[in-house]
Amino acid sequence: MTDSKTKDGYLQQTLEIFRGMGQGLGVTLIHLFRRNITEEYPEYKRPLPERSRARIILTRDPDGEERCVACFLCAAACPVSCISMDGDEREDGRRWARWFRINFARCIYCGLCEEACPTLAIQLTPFFEFCDRKILNLVAEKEDLLVDHGGKNEEYNFYRYAGVTMVGEKGSHINEEKPVDLRSNLP
Amino acid sequence: MSLVLGIILLLVKLGLVLIGLLVGAGWLTFGERRLLGWIQIRLGPNRAGPWGLLQPVADIVKLLTKEDLIPEGADRFIFLYAPAVVAMTALLIFAVVPFAGDVTLMGIRIPMVISDLNVGLLFALALSSLGVYGVALGGWASNSKYSLLGGIRAVAQMISYELSLGLSLVPVVMLAHSFSLVEIVQGQAKYPYILVQPVAFLIFFISAVAEVKRIPFDLPEAENELVAGYHTEYSGMRFGLYFLGEYVTMVVLGALVAVFFLGGWRGPLLPPILWFFVKVTLIVFVFIWLRATLPRLRYDQLMHLGWKVLVPVALLNIVATGGVALMLGR
Repeated sequence: MTDSKTKDGYLQQTLEIFRGMGQGLGVTLIHLFRRNITEEYPEYKRPLPERSRARIILTRDPDGEERCVACFLCAAACPVSCISMDGDEREDGRRWARWFRINFARCIYCGLCEEACPTLAIQLTPFFEFCDRKILNLVAEKEDLLVDHGGKNEEYNFYRYAGVTMVGEKGSHINEEKPVDLRSNLP
Repeated sequence: MSLVLGIILLLVKLGLVLIGLLVGAGWLTFGERRLLGWIQIRLGPNRAGPWGLLQPVADIVKLLTKEDLIPEGADRFIFLYAPAVVAMTALLIFAVVPFAGDVTLMGIRIPMVISDLNVGLLFALALSSLGVYGVALGGWASNSKYSLLGGIRAVAQMISYELSLGLSLVPVVMLAHSFSLVEIVQGQAKYPYILVQPVAFLIFFISAVAEVKRIPFDLPEAENELVAGYHTEYSGMRFGLYFLGEYVTMVVLGALVAVFFLGGWRGPLLPPILWFFVKVTLIVFVFIWLRATLPRLRYDQLMHLGWKVLVPVALLNIVATGGVALMLGR
Protein backbone atom coordinates (compact mmCIF):
# COMPACT_ATOMS: atom_id res chain seq x y z
CA MET A 1 0.00 0.00 0.00
CA THR A 2 2.75 2.47 0.91
CA ASP A 3 4.65 1.67 -2.29
CA SER A 4 1.78 2.68 -4.51
CA LYS A 5 1.44 5.97 -2.61
CA THR A 6 5.00 7.02 -3.36
CA LYS A 7 5.37 5.57 -6.84
CA ASP A 8 2.38 7.17 -8.53
CA GLY A 9 1.11 10.49 -7.32
CA TYR A 10 -2.42 10.86 -5.97
CA LEU A 11 -3.62 12.41 -9.19
CA GLN A 12 -2.30 9.54 -11.25
CA GLN A 13 -3.84 7.01 -8.90
CA THR A 14 -7.17 8.76 -9.08
CA LEU A 15 -7.05 8.78 -12.86
CA GLU A 16 -6.19 5.09 -12.84
CA ILE A 17 -9.16 4.40 -10.61
CA PHE A 18 -11.53 6.32 -12.84
CA ARG A 19 -10.15 4.67 -15.95
CA GLY A 20 -10.58 1.21 -14.47
CA MET A 21 -14.11 1.89 -13.31
CA GLY A 22 -14.95 3.50 -16.61
CA GLN A 23 -13.83 0.44 -18.54
CA GLY A 24 -15.96 -1.81 -16.36
CA LEU A 25 -18.97 0.45 -16.66
CA GLY A 26 -18.46 0.62 -20.42
CA VAL A 27 -18.54 -3.15 -20.71
CA THR A 28 -21.78 -3.42 -18.78
CA LEU A 29 -23.35 -0.62 -20.76
CA ILE A 30 -22.51 -2.31 -24.06
CA HIS A 31 -24.08 -5.52 -22.82
CA LEU A 32 -27.30 -3.64 -22.17
CA PHE A 33 -27.77 -3.28 -25.90
CA ARG A 34 -26.82 -6.76 -26.89
CA ARG A 35 -29.29 -9.53 -27.54
CA ASN A 36 -29.92 -11.76 -24.56
CA ILE A 37 -29.23 -15.46 -24.67
CA THR A 38 -32.28 -16.62 -22.76
CA GLU A 39 -34.42 -19.33 -24.35
CA GLU A 40 -37.92 -18.77 -23.01
CA TYR A 41 -39.29 -22.15 -22.16
CA PRO A 42 -42.86 -22.74 -23.16
CA GLU A 43 -42.50 -20.73 -26.36
CA TYR A 44 -39.25 -22.35 -27.35
CA LYS A 45 -38.53 -25.94 -26.38
CA ARG A 46 -34.96 -26.95 -26.81
CA PRO A 47 -34.70 -30.29 -28.62
CA LEU A 48 -33.21 -32.90 -26.30
CA PRO A 49 -30.74 -35.61 -27.34
CA GLU A 50 -32.38 -38.91 -28.19
CA ARG A 51 -30.70 -40.64 -25.29
CA SER A 52 -32.14 -38.20 -22.70
CA ARG A 53 -33.66 -40.11 -19.85
CA ALA A 54 -37.25 -39.22 -19.09
CA ARG A 55 -40.53 -41.08 -19.44
CA ILE A 56 -40.35 -44.87 -19.56
CA ILE A 57 -41.98 -46.98 -22.27
CA LEU A 58 -42.33 -50.70 -22.90
CA THR A 59 -41.50 -51.51 -26.50
CA ARG A 60 -42.50 -54.16 -28.99
CA ASP A 61 -40.66 -56.60 -31.28
CA PRO A 62 -40.31 -56.12 -35.03
CA ASP A 63 -42.95 -58.88 -35.13
CA GLY A 64 -45.33 -56.82 -33.04
CA GLU A 65 -45.12 -58.93 -29.89
CA GLU A 66 -44.33 -57.38 -26.49
CA ARG A 67 -40.67 -57.57 -25.65
CA CYS A 68 -41.08 -57.72 -21.88
CA VAL A 69 -40.60 -61.22 -20.46
CA ALA A 70 -41.21 -60.30 -16.79
CA CYS A 71 -37.74 -61.38 -15.77
CA PHE A 72 -37.68 -58.85 -12.87
CA LEU A 73 -34.18 -57.66 -13.78
CA CYS A 74 -35.36 -54.03 -14.07
CA ALA A 75 -37.19 -54.24 -10.75
CA ALA A 76 -34.04 -55.62 -9.16
CA ALA A 77 -31.83 -52.96 -10.72
CA CYS A 78 -34.08 -50.05 -9.77
CA PRO A 79 -32.44 -48.13 -6.90
CA VAL A 80 -35.74 -46.80 -5.55
CA SER A 81 -37.87 -49.89 -6.17
CA CYS A 82 -40.45 -48.17 -8.30
CA ILE A 83 -41.07 -51.08 -10.72
CA SER A 84 -43.29 -54.01 -9.96
CA MET A 85 -44.81 -56.64 -12.21
CA ASP A 86 -46.27 -60.11 -12.34
CA GLY A 87 -45.32 -62.67 -14.99
CA ASP A 88 -47.35 -65.28 -16.76
CA GLU A 89 -46.81 -67.87 -19.47
CA ARG A 90 -48.67 -68.01 -22.75
CA GLU A 91 -49.86 -71.21 -24.41
CA ASP A 92 -46.83 -71.29 -26.71
CA GLY A 93 -44.51 -71.02 -23.72
CA ARG A 94 -43.55 -67.38 -24.15
CA ARG A 95 -43.38 -65.40 -20.93
CA TRP A 96 -45.09 -62.05 -20.67
CA ALA A 97 -45.99 -59.55 -17.94
CA ARG A 98 -49.62 -59.70 -16.81
CA TRP A 99 -49.41 -56.38 -15.10
CA PHE A 100 -46.50 -53.95 -14.97
CA ARG A 101 -46.49 -50.91 -12.74
CA ILE A 102 -44.03 -48.05 -12.50
CA ASN A 103 -44.42 -45.38 -9.84
CA PHE A 104 -43.20 -42.27 -11.63
CA ALA A 105 -43.28 -40.32 -8.38
CA ARG A 106 -40.44 -42.47 -7.10
CA CYS A 107 -38.63 -42.94 -10.38
CA ILE A 108 -35.34 -41.07 -10.56
CA TYR A 109 -34.87 -41.55 -14.31
CA CYS A 110 -31.44 -43.08 -13.85
CA GLY A 111 -31.79 -45.55 -16.71
CA LEU A 112 -30.51 -48.55 -14.77
CA CYS A 113 -33.63 -50.51 -15.70
CA GLU A 114 -32.95 -49.77 -19.37
CA GLU A 115 -29.41 -51.05 -18.98
CA ALA A 116 -30.51 -54.17 -17.14
CA CYS A 117 -33.22 -55.28 -19.54
CA PRO A 118 -32.06 -58.26 -21.64
CA THR A 119 -34.76 -57.92 -24.26
CA LEU A 120 -34.49 -54.12 -24.65
CA ALA A 121 -38.12 -53.88 -23.63
CA ILE A 122 -38.03 -51.06 -21.10
CA GLN A 123 -36.60 -47.82 -22.53
CA LEU A 124 -36.41 -44.18 -21.51
CA THR A 125 -37.56 -41.46 -23.89
CA PRO A 126 -36.87 -37.70 -23.90
CA PHE A 127 -40.49 -36.82 -23.08
CA PHE A 128 -40.63 -35.08 -19.68
CA GLU A 129 -43.73 -32.88 -19.57
CA PHE A 130 -46.07 -35.15 -17.67
CA CYS A 131 -46.22 -33.64 -14.19
CA ASP A 132 -49.49 -33.86 -12.29
CA ARG A 133 -51.02 -32.32 -9.20
CA LYS A 134 -52.36 -35.62 -7.88
CA ILE A 135 -49.53 -37.91 -6.97
CA LEU A 136 -51.55 -41.06 -7.50
CA ASN A 137 -52.01 -40.16 -11.15
CA LEU A 138 -48.30 -40.68 -11.58
CA VAL A 139 -48.48 -44.44 -11.08
CA ALA A 140 -48.37 -45.84 -14.61
CA GLU A 141 -49.87 -49.22 -15.43
CA LYS A 142 -48.86 -51.41 -18.34
CA GLU A 143 -51.38 -49.90 -20.73
CA ASP A 144 -49.86 -46.45 -20.11
CA LEU A 145 -46.38 -47.75 -20.78
CA LEU A 146 -46.77 -50.12 -23.72
CA VAL A 147 -46.17 -48.56 -27.13
CA ASP A 148 -46.55 -49.86 -30.66
CA HIS A 149 -43.04 -49.33 -31.91
CA GLY A 150 -39.60 -50.62 -31.07
CA GLY A 151 -38.26 -47.51 -29.35
CA LYS A 152 -34.55 -47.00 -29.85
CA ASN A 153 -33.89 -50.44 -31.34
CA GLU A 154 -36.43 -51.29 -34.01
CA GLU A 155 -34.68 -54.49 -35.20
CA TYR A 156 -33.81 -56.40 -32.05
CA ASN A 157 -35.79 -59.53 -31.27
CA PHE A 158 -34.62 -61.35 -28.17
CA TYR A 159 -36.16 -64.60 -29.22
CA ARG A 160 -33.94 -64.80 -32.28
CA TYR A 161 -30.91 -64.80 -30.02
CA ALA A 162 -31.89 -66.86 -26.98
CA GLY A 163 -33.83 -70.00 -26.47
CA VAL A 164 -33.51 -71.05 -30.11
CA THR A 165 -32.91 -74.67 -31.01
CA MET A 166 -29.82 -75.11 -33.19
CA VAL A 167 -30.76 -76.41 -36.61
CA GLY A 168 -27.72 -75.54 -38.73
CA GLU A 169 -24.10 -76.35 -38.16
CA LYS A 170 -21.93 -74.65 -35.56
CA GLY A 171 -21.48 -70.94 -36.27
CA SER A 172 -24.74 -70.47 -38.14
CA HIS A 173 -26.65 -68.67 -35.35
CA ILE A 174 -26.87 -64.88 -35.24
CA ASN A 175 -23.63 -63.32 -33.97
CA GLU A 176 -22.08 -66.73 -33.40
CA GLU A 177 -18.42 -67.11 -34.34
CA LYS A 178 -17.22 -70.07 -36.43
CA PRO A 179 -15.39 -72.73 -34.35
CA VAL A 180 -11.59 -72.31 -34.14
CA ASP A 181 -9.54 -74.54 -36.48
CA LEU A 182 -7.22 -76.45 -34.09
CA ARG A 183 -4.99 -77.81 -36.85
CA SER A 184 -3.87 -74.51 -38.29
CA ASN A 185 -1.63 -71.73 -37.07
CA LEU A 186 -3.65 -69.01 -38.68
CA PRO A 187 -5.85 -66.88 -36.41
CA MET B 1 -55.86 31.98 -0.76
CA SER B 2 -58.09 30.78 2.02
CA LEU B 3 -57.04 28.34 4.69
CA VAL B 4 -59.49 25.61 3.68
CA LEU B 5 -58.44 25.77 0.06
CA GLY B 6 -54.81 25.66 1.09
CA ILE B 7 -55.38 22.61 3.25
CA ILE B 8 -57.28 20.84 0.49
CA LEU B 9 -54.52 21.55 -2.02
CA LEU B 10 -51.94 20.34 0.46
CA LEU B 11 -53.80 17.10 1.03
CA VAL B 12 -54.17 16.55 -2.69
CA LYS B 13 -50.48 17.14 -3.21
CA LEU B 14 -49.61 14.86 -0.33
CA GLY B 15 -51.81 12.10 -1.68
CA LEU B 16 -50.43 12.35 -5.17
CA VAL B 17 -46.83 12.44 -4.04
CA LEU B 18 -47.32 9.53 -1.65
CA ILE B 19 -49.01 7.39 -4.24
CA GLY B 20 -46.49 8.40 -6.87
CA LEU B 21 -43.55 7.55 -4.66
CA LEU B 22 -44.90 4.21 -3.48
CA VAL B 23 -45.91 3.14 -6.95
CA GLY B 24 -42.64 4.40 -8.31
CA ALA B 25 -40.60 2.52 -5.72
CA GLY B 26 -42.65 -0.61 -6.26
CA TRP B 27 -42.15 -0.60 -10.00
CA LEU B 28 -38.54 0.35 -9.49
CA THR B 29 -37.97 -3.09 -7.97
CA PHE B 30 -39.32 -4.56 -11.18
CA GLY B 31 -37.38 -2.16 -13.38
CA GLU B 32 -34.16 -2.92 -11.54
CA ARG B 33 -34.57 -6.66 -11.99
CA ARG B 34 -35.30 -6.22 -15.69
CA LEU B 35 -32.41 -3.83 -16.23
CA LEU B 36 -30.00 -6.03 -14.30
CA GLY B 37 -31.16 -8.93 -16.43
CA TRP B 38 -30.51 -7.13 -19.69
CA ILE B 39 -27.08 -6.02 -18.56
CA GLN B 40 -26.34 -9.64 -17.68
CA ILE B 41 -27.53 -10.74 -21.18
CA ARG B 42 -30.59 -12.48 -19.82
CA LEU B 43 -34.21 -11.49 -19.42
CA GLY B 44 -35.59 -10.18 -16.18
CA PRO B 45 -39.00 -11.25 -14.90
CA ASN B 46 -41.43 -11.12 -17.80
CA ARG B 47 -44.17 -13.59 -16.93
CA ALA B 48 -46.38 -11.86 -14.36
CA GLY B 49 -48.51 -9.80 -16.73
CA PRO B 50 -47.72 -8.10 -20.04
CA TRP B 51 -43.95 -7.81 -20.15
CA GLY B 52 -43.91 -8.78 -16.47
CA LEU B 53 -45.35 -5.43 -15.39
CA LEU B 54 -47.49 -6.98 -12.66
CA GLN B 55 -44.46 -8.47 -10.94
CA PRO B 56 -44.53 -5.94 -8.05
CA VAL B 57 -48.16 -6.84 -7.45
CA ALA B 58 -47.19 -10.50 -7.29
CA ASP B 59 -44.38 -9.62 -4.88
CA ILE B 60 -46.70 -7.66 -2.63
CA VAL B 61 -49.23 -10.47 -2.56
CA LYS B 62 -46.48 -12.91 -1.70
CA LEU B 63 -45.12 -10.74 1.09
CA LEU B 64 -48.54 -10.10 2.55
CA THR B 65 -49.44 -13.76 2.67
CA LYS B 66 -46.23 -14.84 4.36
CA GLU B 67 -46.05 -15.68 8.03
CA ASP B 68 -45.03 -12.75 10.20
CA LEU B 69 -42.33 -14.25 12.37
CA ILE B 70 -41.21 -12.46 15.50
CA PRO B 71 -38.21 -14.04 17.21
CA GLU B 72 -38.75 -15.16 20.76
CA GLY B 73 -36.38 -12.88 22.62
CA ALA B 74 -37.01 -9.92 20.36
CA ASP B 75 -37.98 -6.56 21.74
CA ARG B 76 -41.52 -6.62 20.38
CA PHE B 77 -42.36 -2.96 20.12
CA ILE B 78 -39.10 -1.90 18.51
CA PHE B 79 -39.05 -4.95 16.26
CA LEU B 80 -42.48 -4.12 14.95
CA TYR B 81 -41.87 -0.46 14.28
CA ALA B 82 -38.24 -0.27 13.13
CA PRO B 83 -39.06 -0.84 9.43
CA ALA B 84 -41.65 1.90 9.63
CA VAL B 85 -38.96 4.38 10.75
CA VAL B 86 -36.90 3.63 7.65
CA ALA B 87 -39.80 3.87 5.24
CA MET B 88 -41.25 6.94 6.92
CA THR B 89 -38.08 9.03 6.90
CA ALA B 90 -37.45 8.13 3.30
CA LEU B 91 -40.92 9.24 2.29
CA LEU B 92 -40.73 12.42 4.38
CA ILE B 93 -37.59 13.68 2.62
CA PHE B 94 -39.71 14.15 -0.45
CA ALA B 95 -41.78 16.77 1.34
CA VAL B 96 -39.20 19.45 0.54
CA VAL B 97 -38.26 18.41 -2.98
CA PRO B 98 -39.67 20.62 -5.74
CA PHE B 99 -40.73 18.45 -8.63
CA ALA B 100 -41.95 21.16 -10.99
CA GLY B 101 -42.14 24.93 -11.24
CA ASP B 102 -45.15 26.89 -10.03
CA VAL B 103 -48.38 25.87 -11.68
CA THR B 104 -51.21 28.35 -12.08
CA LEU B 105 -54.61 26.65 -11.93
CA MET B 106 -57.71 28.78 -12.19
CA GLY B 107 -55.88 31.86 -11.12
CA ILE B 108 -54.33 30.25 -8.04
CA ARG B 109 -50.58 29.82 -7.99
CA ILE B 110 -49.77 26.35 -6.70
CA PRO B 111 -46.15 25.62 -5.84
CA MET B 112 -45.18 22.12 -6.86
CA VAL B 113 -43.53 21.29 -3.59
CA ILE B 114 -45.29 20.03 -0.52
CA SER B 115 -43.50 22.26 1.89
CA ASP B 116 -41.02 24.93 0.90
CA LEU B 117 -39.01 25.07 4.10
CA ASN B 118 -36.33 27.68 4.12
CA VAL B 119 -34.02 25.11 5.71
CA GLY B 120 -35.09 22.36 3.34
CA LEU B 121 -31.57 21.04 2.83
CA LEU B 122 -31.00 20.62 6.56
CA PHE B 123 -34.37 18.94 6.84
CA ALA B 124 -33.44 16.41 4.18
CA LEU B 125 -30.09 15.65 5.79
CA ALA B 126 -31.69 15.38 9.22
CA LEU B 127 -34.22 12.88 7.98
CA SER B 128 -31.60 10.71 6.38
CA SER B 129 -29.82 10.73 9.74
CA LEU B 130 -33.03 9.64 11.41
CA GLY B 131 -33.27 6.80 8.95
CA VAL B 132 -30.20 5.33 10.61
CA TYR B 133 -32.33 4.71 13.69
CA GLY B 134 -34.55 2.34 11.80
CA VAL B 135 -31.62 0.20 10.80
CA ALA B 136 -30.00 0.30 14.23
CA LEU B 137 -33.23 -0.52 16.04
CA GLY B 138 -34.02 -3.31 13.62
CA GLY B 139 -30.65 -4.88 14.14
CA TRP B 140 -30.86 -4.54 17.93
CA ALA B 141 -34.44 -5.65 18.34
CA SER B 142 -33.93 -8.87 16.44
CA ASN B 143 -32.08 -10.37 19.38
CA SER B 144 -29.65 -12.13 17.11
CA LYS B 145 -25.90 -11.67 17.15
CA TYR B 146 -25.62 -11.55 13.41
CA SER B 147 -28.40 -9.02 13.09
CA LEU B 148 -26.74 -6.88 15.71
CA LEU B 149 -23.39 -6.92 13.95
CA GLY B 150 -25.04 -6.22 10.62
CA GLY B 151 -26.97 -3.37 12.14
CA ILE B 152 -23.85 -1.92 13.76
CA ARG B 153 -21.96 -2.02 10.50
CA ALA B 154 -24.86 -0.45 8.65
CA VAL B 155 -25.07 2.34 11.21
CA ALA B 156 -21.33 2.99 11.08
CA GLN B 157 -21.42 3.11 7.30
CA MET B 158 -24.40 5.42 7.15
CA ILE B 159 -23.16 7.94 9.68
CA SER B 160 -19.71 8.02 8.10
CA TYR B 161 -21.10 8.86 4.71
CA GLU B 162 -23.52 11.40 6.04
CA LEU B 163 -20.56 13.62 6.80
CA SER B 164 -19.39 13.75 3.23
CA LEU B 165 -23.02 14.01 2.11
CA GLY B 166 -23.47 17.19 4.07
CA LEU B 167 -20.04 18.62 3.40
CA SER B 168 -20.43 18.21 -0.35
CA LEU B 169 -23.59 20.29 -0.21
CA VAL B 170 -21.94 23.31 1.44
CA PRO B 171 -20.62 24.65 -1.90
CA VAL B 172 -24.12 24.30 -3.35
CA VAL B 173 -25.46 26.43 -0.53
CA MET B 174 -22.66 28.90 -1.16
CA LEU B 175 -23.65 29.15 -4.79
CA ALA B 176 -27.38 29.40 -4.20
CA HIS B 177 -27.21 31.57 -1.08
CA SER B 178 -30.01 29.59 0.45
CA PHE B 179 -30.88 26.32 2.17
CA SER B 180 -34.28 26.12 0.54
CA LEU B 181 -34.45 23.55 -2.22
CA VAL B 182 -36.85 25.67 -4.25
CA GLU B 183 -34.34 28.51 -4.28
CA ILE B 184 -31.49 26.13 -5.10
CA VAL B 185 -33.39 25.02 -8.19
CA GLN B 186 -34.18 28.61 -9.08
CA GLY B 187 -30.51 29.47 -8.66
CA GLN B 188 -29.65 27.06 -11.44
CA ALA B 189 -31.48 29.11 -14.02
CA LYS B 190 -28.37 29.80 -16.07
CA TYR B 191 -26.41 26.58 -15.63
CA PRO B 192 -26.76 23.48 -13.47
CA TYR B 193 -24.36 23.33 -10.55
CA ILE B 194 -22.71 20.15 -11.79
CA LEU B 195 -20.77 22.26 -14.26
CA VAL B 196 -19.15 24.38 -11.58
CA GLN B 197 -19.00 21.76 -8.82
CA PRO B 198 -18.09 18.45 -10.44
CA VAL B 199 -16.13 17.27 -7.40
CA ALA B 200 -19.04 18.01 -5.08
CA PHE B 201 -21.35 16.13 -7.42
CA LEU B 202 -19.09 13.10 -7.36
CA ILE B 203 -18.77 13.14 -3.58
CA PHE B 204 -22.51 13.58 -3.12
CA PHE B 205 -23.25 10.78 -5.56
CA ILE B 206 -20.86 8.35 -3.90
CA SER B 207 -22.20 9.24 -0.46
CA ALA B 208 -25.74 8.79 -1.72
CA VAL B 209 -24.91 5.31 -2.98
CA ALA B 210 -23.45 4.52 0.43
CA GLU B 211 -26.48 5.95 2.26
CA VAL B 212 -28.87 3.70 0.40
CA LYS B 213 -26.57 0.75 1.10
CA ARG B 214 -26.36 -0.14 -2.57
CA ILE B 215 -23.54 -1.94 -4.26
CA PRO B 216 -20.61 -1.25 -3.96
CA PHE B 217 -21.47 -0.31 -0.37
CA ASP B 218 -23.96 -3.02 0.43
CA LEU B 219 -21.99 -4.97 3.02
CA PRO B 220 -24.76 -4.56 5.62
CA GLU B 221 -27.11 -6.32 3.25
CA ALA B 222 -24.74 -8.68 1.56
CA GLU B 223 -24.06 -10.10 4.92
CA ASN B 224 -27.33 -11.84 4.35
CA GLU B 225 -25.59 -13.98 1.85
CA LEU B 226 -22.44 -14.34 3.84
CA VAL B 227 -23.69 -14.41 7.41
CA ALA B 228 -26.70 -12.27 8.26
CA GLY B 229 -27.74 -8.65 8.24
CA TYR B 230 -29.95 -6.30 10.17
CA HIS B 231 -33.09 -7.55 8.48
CA THR B 232 -32.51 -11.29 8.84
CA GLU B 233 -35.24 -11.96 11.33
CA TYR B 234 -37.82 -10.04 9.36
CA SER B 235 -40.31 -11.84 7.17
CA GLY B 236 -43.32 -11.01 5.13
CA MET B 237 -44.46 -7.44 4.83
CA ARG B 238 -42.07 -6.07 7.46
CA PHE B 239 -39.21 -7.19 5.30
CA GLY B 240 -41.09 -5.72 2.36
CA LEU B 241 -41.29 -2.42 4.21
CA TYR B 242 -37.51 -2.38 4.75
CA PHE B 243 -36.96 -2.96 1.08
CA LEU B 244 -39.58 -0.48 0.05
CA GLY B 245 -37.80 2.01 2.29
CA GLU B 246 -34.56 1.27 0.50
CA TYR B 247 -36.03 1.78 -2.94
CA VAL B 248 -37.88 4.92 -1.88
CA THR B 249 -34.57 6.24 -0.52
CA MET B 250 -33.01 5.46 -3.88
CA VAL B 251 -35.65 7.46 -5.71
CA VAL B 252 -35.51 10.29 -3.18
CA LEU B 253 -31.73 10.56 -3.28
CA GLY B 254 -31.94 10.55 -7.05
CA ALA B 255 -34.35 13.44 -6.74
CA LEU B 256 -31.96 15.23 -4.40
CA VAL B 257 -29.06 14.78 -6.81
CA ALA B 258 -31.24 16.16 -9.56
CA VAL B 259 -32.28 19.15 -7.45
CA PHE B 260 -28.84 20.01 -6.14
CA PHE B 261 -26.68 19.45 -9.16
CA LEU B 262 -28.68 18.81 -12.30
CA GLY B 263 -31.03 21.76 -12.19
CA GLY B 264 -34.14 20.16 -10.70
CA TRP B 265 -37.06 20.54 -13.05
CA ARG B 266 -35.32 22.96 -15.38
CA GLY B 267 -34.87 22.11 -19.03
CA PRO B 268 -35.52 23.51 -22.49
CA LEU B 269 -38.44 21.92 -24.29
CA LEU B 270 -40.36 19.44 -22.21
CA PRO B 271 -42.72 20.30 -19.35
CA PRO B 272 -40.89 20.68 -16.02
CA ILE B 273 -42.29 17.64 -14.33
CA LEU B 274 -41.14 15.50 -17.23
CA TRP B 275 -37.63 16.88 -16.96
CA PHE B 276 -37.64 16.08 -13.27
CA PHE B 277 -38.78 12.57 -14.00
CA VAL B 278 -36.12 12.16 -16.68
CA LYS B 279 -33.36 13.30 -14.37
CA VAL B 280 -34.45 11.07 -11.50
CA THR B 281 -34.69 8.13 -13.89
CA LEU B 282 -31.20 8.83 -15.15
CA ILE B 283 -29.71 8.87 -11.65
CA VAL B 284 -31.56 5.72 -10.68
CA PHE B 285 -30.35 4.07 -13.87
CA VAL B 286 -26.81 4.90 -12.87
CA PHE B 287 -27.46 3.35 -9.44
CA ILE B 288 -28.60 0.15 -11.12
CA TRP B 289 -25.74 0.27 -13.58
CA LEU B 290 -23.26 0.50 -10.70
CA ARG B 291 -24.93 -2.45 -9.05
CA ALA B 292 -24.48 -4.51 -12.18
CA THR B 293 -20.82 -3.62 -12.56
CA LEU B 294 -18.95 -3.16 -9.34
CA PRO B 295 -17.88 -5.64 -6.67
CA ARG B 296 -18.55 -4.98 -3.04
CA LEU B 297 -16.22 -2.91 -0.89
CA ARG B 298 -14.83 -4.56 2.18
CA TYR B 299 -15.78 -2.92 5.44
CA ASP B 300 -12.38 -1.34 6.13
CA GLN B 301 -12.11 -0.14 2.53
CA LEU B 302 -15.53 1.41 2.91
CA MET B 303 -14.55 3.25 6.09
CA HIS B 304 -11.26 4.34 4.56
CA LEU B 305 -13.07 5.79 1.59
CA GLY B 306 -15.60 7.62 3.70
CA TRP B 307 -13.31 9.16 6.28
CA LYS B 308 -9.91 9.42 4.68
CA VAL B 309 -10.83 10.26 1.10
CA LEU B 310 -14.27 11.81 0.78
CA VAL B 311 -14.27 14.06 3.85
CA PRO B 312 -10.88 15.71 3.16
CA VAL B 313 -11.73 16.17 -0.51
CA ALA B 314 -15.08 17.69 0.44
CA LEU B 315 -13.37 20.07 2.88
CA LEU B 316 -10.83 21.09 0.27
CA ASN B 317 -13.66 21.63 -2.16
CA ILE B 318 -15.38 23.95 0.30
CA VAL B 319 -12.19 25.97 0.78
CA ALA B 320 -11.60 26.18 -2.95
CA THR B 321 -15.18 27.21 -3.64
CA GLY B 322 -15.01 29.86 -0.96
CA GLY B 323 -11.76 31.16 -2.36
CA VAL B 324 -13.07 31.36 -5.90
CA ALA B 325 -16.29 32.99 -4.74
CA LEU B 326 -14.32 35.61 -2.82
CA MET B 327 -12.12 36.25 -5.83
CA LEU B 328 -15.07 36.66 -8.15
CA GLY B 329 -16.73 38.93 -5.64
CA ARG B 330 -19.90 36.94 -5.02
